Amino acid sequence: MKKILILGSGALKIGQAGEFDYSGSQAIKAFCEEGIKTVLINPNIATIQTSKELADKVYFLPVTTEFVERVIEKEKPDGIVLSFGGQTALNCGIDLYKKGVLKKYNVQVLGTPVSAIVLTEDREKFANHLHKIEVATPKSFAVTTVESGLEKVKEIGYPVMVRAGFSLGGQKSGVAHNEKEFISVVQTALTFSPQILVEKYLRHYKEIEYEVVRDQYDNCVTVCNMENFDPLGVHTGESIVVAPSQTLTNFEYHHLRELSIKIVRSLGIVGECNVQFALNPHPSSPIEYCVIEVNARLSRSSALASKATGYPLAYVAAKLILGKSLMEIKNQVTQITQSFFEPALDYIVVKIPRWDMDKFKGTSEKIGSSMKSVGEIMAIGRTFEEAIQKGVRMLDIGVLGVTDNNFNLTTDEILAKIKQANSKRIFFITKALKLGITVQKIYELSGIDPWFLNRLKIIVEAERELLDVGTINKLSKQDILHIKQLGFSDRKIGLLLKVTQLEFREYRKKLKITPSVFQIDTLAGEFPAKTNYLYTTYNGNHNDIKPIGEDGVMVLGSGPYRIGSSVEFDWTCVNTALNLKKYGKKSIIINCNPETVSTDYDVSDRLYFEEISFERVADIYEFEKSSSVVVSVGGQTPNNIANKIHKYGIKILGTVAVDIDRAEDRKKFSQLLDDLDIKQPVWNSFTDMEVALKFARDVGYPILVRPSYVLSGAAMNLCYNPTELKHFIEKATNINKKHPVTISKYMVNAREVEFDGVAEKGHVKVFAISNHIEHAGVHSGDATIVYPAERVRFFSGERMIEIAKQLSKSLNISGPFNIQFMVKDNEVYVIEMNLRASRTFPFISKVTGVNFAEVIVDSFFGKAKEQRIKYPNYVAVKAPQFSFARMEGADPALGVEMGSTGEVACFGETAEEAYLKALFSTGLSLKNKSALVTIGGAEFKLRFAESIWRLKNLGFVLYATKKTHLFLKTKGVRTKLVHKLYDKQSPTVIDLIEKHQVSLVINLSEDYNNEGSFKRVITDGYLIRRTAIDNNIPLFTDLNSARFFVNALDRYKIKDLKIKSWDEYL
Amino acid sequence: MNARLILKDGEIFEGQSFGYEQPRSGELVFSTGMVGYPESLTDPSYEGQILISTYPIIGSYGVPDKKYWESDRIHVSGLIVSQYIDTPSHFQSKMTLGDWLKKEKVPGLVVTDTRYLTQKLRDGGAQLAKIVFDTSTSLSTGFDDPNKKNLVATVSTPRVSREGAGSKTVVVIDCGVKKNITRSLIERGVKVITVPWDYNIFSLKEKIDGIIVSNGPGDPKMCDVTIETVKNILTKKIPLLGICLGNQILALAAGGDTYKMKFGHRGQNQPCVMVGTKKCYLTTQNHGFAIGKIPKDFKPWFINANDNTNEGIIHENLPFMSVQFHPEATPGPVDTSWVFDYFLEKLC
Repeated sequence: MKKILILGSGALKIGQAGEFDYSGSQAIKAFCEEGIKTVLINPNIATIQTSKELADKVYFLPVTTEFVERVIEKEKPDGIVLSFGGQTALNCGIDLYKKGVLKKYNVQVLGTPVSAIVLTEDREKFANHLHKIEVATPKSFAVTTVESGLEKVKEIGYPVMVRAGFSLGGQKSGVAHNEKEFISVVQTALTFSPQILVEKYLRHYKEIEYEVVRDQYDNCVTVCNMENFDPLGVHTGESIVVAPSQTLTNFEYHHLRELSIKIVRSLGIVGECNVQFALNPHPSSPIEYCVIEVNARLSRSSALASKATGYPLAYVAAKLILGKSLMEIKNQVTQITQSFFEPALDYIVVKIPRWDMDKFKGTSEKIGSSMKSVGEIMAIGRTFEEAIQKGVRMLDIGVLGVTDNNFNLTTDEILAKIKQANSKRIFFITKALKLGITVQKIYELSGIDPWFLNRLKIIVEAERELLDVGTINKLSKQDILHIKQLGFSDRKIGLLLKVTQLEFREYRKKLKITPSVFQIDTLAGEFPAKTNYLYTTYNGNHNDIKPIGEDGVMVLGSGPYRIGSSVEFDWTCVNTALNLKKYGKKSIIINCNPETVSTDYDVSDRLYFEEISFERVADIYEFEKSSSVVVSVGGQTPNNIANKIHKYGIKILGTVAVDIDRAEDRKKFSQLLDDLDIKQPVWNSFTDMEVALKFARDVGYPILVRPSYVLSGAAMNLCYNPTELKHFIEKATNINKKHPVTISKYMVNAREVEFDGVAEKGHVKVFAISNHIEHAGVHSGDATIVYPAERVRFFSGERMIEIAKQLSKSLNISGPFNIQFMVKDNEVYVIEMNLRASRTFPFISKVTGVNFAEVIVDSFFGKAKEQRIKYPNYVAVKAPQFSFARMEGADPALGVEMGSTGEVACFGETAEEAYLKALFSTGLSLKNKSALVTIGGAEFKLRFAESIWRLKNLGFVLYATKKTHLFLKTKGVRTKLVHKLYDKQSPTVIDLIEKHQVSLVINLSEDYNNEGSFKRVITDGYLIRRTAIDNNIPLFTDLNSARFFVNALDRYKIKDLKIKSWDEYL
Repeated sequence: MNARLILKDGEIFEGQSFGYEQPRSGELVFSTGMVGYPESLTDPSYEGQILISTYPIIGSYGVPDKKYWESDRIHVSGLIVSQYIDTPSHFQSKMTLGDWLKKEKVPGLVVTDTRYLTQKLRDGGAQLAKIVFDTSTSLSTGFDDPNKKNLVATVSTPRVSREGAGSKTVVVIDCGVKKNITRSLIERGVKVITVPWDYNIFSLKEKIDGIIVSNGPGDPKMCDVTIETVKNILTKKIPLLGICLGNQILALAAGGDTYKMKFGHRGQNQPCVMVGTKKCYLTTQNHGFAIGKIPKDFKPWFINANDNTNEGIIHENLPFMSVQFHPEATPGPVDTSWVFDYFLEKLC
């Protein structure tokens, strides 16, 4: 094996996130060590795996059959690996195999045979396979009559779940506990659907997972088992998960372990595999279980298992697929043992998903069998109480612990929230416990094992006792230690005892109550380990390690992935840590996100899997006696605590906290801009509705409204008229003295520009300018970004550089910064400035060839060289990846709130070529040449007319709604008329989309609000957009990106798109 | 109630009692298994030892009915955990771990930093310790060294018993046998006769097709009578399988030697390679002594993949074999249950 092709997972999306950057990076390292050349295809430019230091060749191209085949043709690899790039890579690999591409080019699939993967992907065939090896799956059958149902149900036994046809989305399903109920439910279901599915109802079964590795010599171990906090019915990606299992006996643990191994052996897996079980907590025989799912690849769970145990699963799996035995692979953590073992944990790990439902208009908080969460955290403790409390804080959702639950709800409402799983269920549970609801009652409603509920009860009771004591002086050292052991934060305790966080901190430090630093060593202390993988706990009274001292520099990571903070910050964090070596510094990373590379064992000198909070950062700083902390490379989370840690006396590396604040504080920054004669959109803060309305009238609509306090829903909104403004302020926020609302003039048709730079002592050392395709008003995280900034005129660019220099100097910046500019009528305005690495840093670094993170570190040590980046002879385009399909009911229109979950970027000779590649990378496919066009407003109709002509000339069959249809008729473009729903005439736009008669939907509107989202009216526009998403049809809602797309389509056919690797461009 | 764990080297650890409150002493050892505390506590091999669980949260699924235990009583002298759970949740649970310890008169202590204790034993070796409950008696209680006692005599059955049915008969010499060894044989259709450690097996009326020398506590050299019995068995060429202590006894009987390890192997994740193959098995272990010198005509069967210590021996051509690990598991992985099948194939 000389050259291996690795398929990446592409953009981050719900259900497939950063874990595959971790697994792919590990695989590449493992292959490189063996002297094998690696070729990586992954359009996700923010990943660490697409770094120069890793793969020998990187192609920023779509992971689709057409493109991968062309790369194979060019690169002629000996082997291909499919198991490190999630479902995307697996699906692509299966397709390549089925189409005979791999055979044609003589490419060997490494690891698990494709036949086994195909088998696991086919539910029915896989169930048959499992039955052959005597492994149970959920029993089910399909029937068409009540009589045959009654006959067959005997084989399964009650209770059963009866499901009507799938098209109803499970609406007409029900549970039958006996014959009488069965007859009734089946009769109803059969009136809706000719055939119904009856399956064993596994209500409140436990969900248990095993991560198995196997080598080609048939050696097999289960690296980790995990238990879901939520019972079956909540997707494991949506559930709180603990490792190891807590409520399983030896028999249950090992019985399921043995079954996992049996399954893995029967499939001939070489590498890694995940097996999920449902387990009856109240069986009538010693064990009642069934297999729910098997993933014959690295998965989210395997990334979690890897971080939870310290066993580098992906690295080991990569070595295994090269044919090594488990015993030949050294245990990377202990350095003295090998990889055939099952880690013994002496701590508990809790994973909690992070949801961002608030960001999506129209979606609900309910969670269930499909994923909605956008990220996750992992917390480590010596008790569940300690870990779960850390965990909810790590989510960065504004809570201080599991007992933060000021819900203004009745007991019945709370119980309802406990019954129906939702993103805040754990807080409803502690609320119920506070109200005196019994564990048994909560168990009956939720199915969450009483073991977990009793642990939560301990926390609730401890909080009550603390409140009863009331004052800090009445607490003994033992009392304080006890409350810290239960995971309460200083701030929370301070609030309960009416002292400040710092007062309490000083008090406990005086009592010598500080957390212990423990290692994760995979063997529970049995062997001395060289590991640098650490956590802190109050359930201990020694430290495993000695402080690094002066040479240590702490680098704060980004916490959980969420909308707006994702893998791009992990890239900057990792690159910063790596570059610290250059200056003889030892990096100490703090992060709590198991999906990241920054939490890998070999990235930093020390890794603390911990909260990115003031308290923990100060604890670690004091323990390590570090010289300084970097807060500017992990996004907004570490940036937010900059001021606090600075005031505490911790040295921040780079720009000082006071200056960070001058850029973060809207008022101060605005003043600075005025002082420097730099233009900004008119804005002001308001505490009174009438004054706000007057301001809006004066500056003219539309306006951008930002409340300082958010009740529900989106934090920002565009308002086009006084009615909308009033509506938004009343509905989404409070306007009063304590909570002002910021209103700024929104400029229509303004171009938005990103300016990324690094300065040292106020002098700009390096910068790059890129422009958005969408006009200002679309969140920069959702925008399509082009480098170089082709659409910025020379003198505007020069003005931006001048402004950047002025601001850098005034703020005395040392380190990264990002300025968002707006250009309107050749005037340059500043919208926002952040004195931290922005989302675009990895993109800019990779497309310019200058590693901005390296320059950041240089600037910290006064060694940054000034460099002017040469104008390139290529273009790169970054495009957003949306996951609207997962967010049931959410309106997919672009707006001022970010909605994308990931991004891709591709290169081309022109922006159009790069954009088309990027769109294919985010899942665009055009099955036929037909499109639906609905355009609101006269101006948009005019401005899109040319594009419509082009589509027509490209041979597209065009459908349009009435107004658009009539307008286009006047322009001489014939379109087929379709009706809006309220026309009550067919065919409707919805029919058209649902029948897949169009493969492209362009729905443009000047004001999506005006369609009625405030009035909670379901509009045609919303239905068109939502139906397109639900039917997996590409949708454009922005005029400029739609035009850009049509231009690209006009200029390039797929086969014209060049297959060139990164190094062929740069 | 506050209690203390006192080590022979003088270090003292404060603890919270959750078991029976009566001072006990023993050899302090740790086990890294994450499940199976009911099985471990009733494993006779732990006789005389104070067990530290490295997994911090213990008691979670309560205590099952006696039929699931590995013997009729708790054998450890004391249990040390980091967090004790008194709200167990499991359908098989009959009582809490604390109640069980009280019933069986065994002390249990919460000593939060069990990791420190583990590291101490790992670096300094297993050592004697005692659990005390008040200052007046603490100093007067001595440190009992269980390894100086014939623990096997304490835990072995006093009488001969017969279980199971089948055409073949296997005698189990009970040096502190775990019930799952007997269960594993009965499941395989074998008649099992369990005899005391010092029983003259040749006085049995039945034809003996094979012999198992069981696991058990302490120093193998204390089992002089059993060693003599095994010597006899070897001369008579009756197929023999030694497990754990039985492994060491076989080595001693055949002319090999054993030694005390620094802190032993106790856990459920010990990797054992079958010598001469690339096959590795995950095993349960619980021993403080190991085979040093391999006896003549025997060869190493398994070795530990982590520290290369011997994990079993097999005769060059006769049906004598032994393993240092526990093929019966409980607690732990069941990967090596095939050892019973392998042995049973060799029966006369």
